[in-house]
Amino acid sequence: MIKRVSNETVVIPCSGIGKPFGSVSREAAYEVVDALRPNRAHLVALSRLVLGDDEARDAVASRPVVTIDGCKLACAAKMAKASGAREVRELAVIDTFRRHPKLKPEGIAELNEAGQQLARVLAEEIAEIVDAHAGREGTDA
Amino acid sequence: MPELPKRKVGIVACSGEEIAEGTVTRLAALRVLHDLRPEDTVTICLPLFLAGGEGDRAFARFYPTVTIDGCEKRCAAHGTATYSAEPAASVVVSELVAECGLGAVEGRRRLNDAGRQAVEATAERVVALVDGLLKPPSGRRFAATLPSAGP
Repeated sequence: MIKRVSNETVVIPCSGIGKPFGSVSREAAYEVVDALRPNRAHLVALSRLVLGDDEARDAVASRPVVTIDGCKLACAAKMAKASGAREVRELAVIDTFRRHPKLKPEGIAELNEAGQQLARVLAEEIAEIVDAHAGREGTDA
Repeated sequence: MPELPKRKVGIVACSGEEIAEGTVTRLAALRVLHDLRPEDTVTICLPLFLAGGEGDRAFARFYPTVTIDGCEKRCAAHGTATYSAEPAASVVVSELVAECGLGAVEGRRRLNDAGRQAVEATAERVVALVDGLLKPPSGRRFAATLPSAGP
């Protein structure tokens, strides 16, 4: 029996600054942890996992994790797994964009309106995952 | 005469999504890369040192690198040193904000005024470091800028 510390979901967005999809991943993460599910989800910075920060590693190892990647290199998903995460739901901005091709994100420092909308759509998807995690028992078999 | 590749400086931002100073690092890096020194700088995502391949890990061995960290944890500086090579220089936003007396940086999603000022101050500091790294040693010129290497 694996005891979980919490069913609060850890959300890890991409750290990329080269493409708008990275910005969408962060905007979606902020929408979830600041607005949609502030008491059920919290954010862990990818850089702390690169550093091997104990607190960050403990958080991903003891809680369900949602990673949001901006490109196929999938740094967030890879780092979460390498940091001991047992339950990782891997999301990619490109998949949400394929379902909503009219919402083409542009801009990195500042997303255009379509990018903001895409982030909100993605955030709603993540909120559903967070709710599913919160509805479960505090232990896993 | 063969054209030698232009010497550039690598910029690595911590991106620290949890704190407003992390947002400052991203925006300052973008300001340098896109507006202030587009011809002289390149970047890489910090996590690629671990999630990427050997080519990514060689980044700081190939480019003299300036790291931009949001806080005293210095994830970008330590991560770059550990997985690629020691950075040539580093900037810590929280220290720079205190040094410049900018006030509390807030708003990781939308920076407040102090945060926006911190972006400019950080970008200016990075530009000074980039220019210093690219400046030829006194009395010498870079091979890349020499018109002829003949006797």
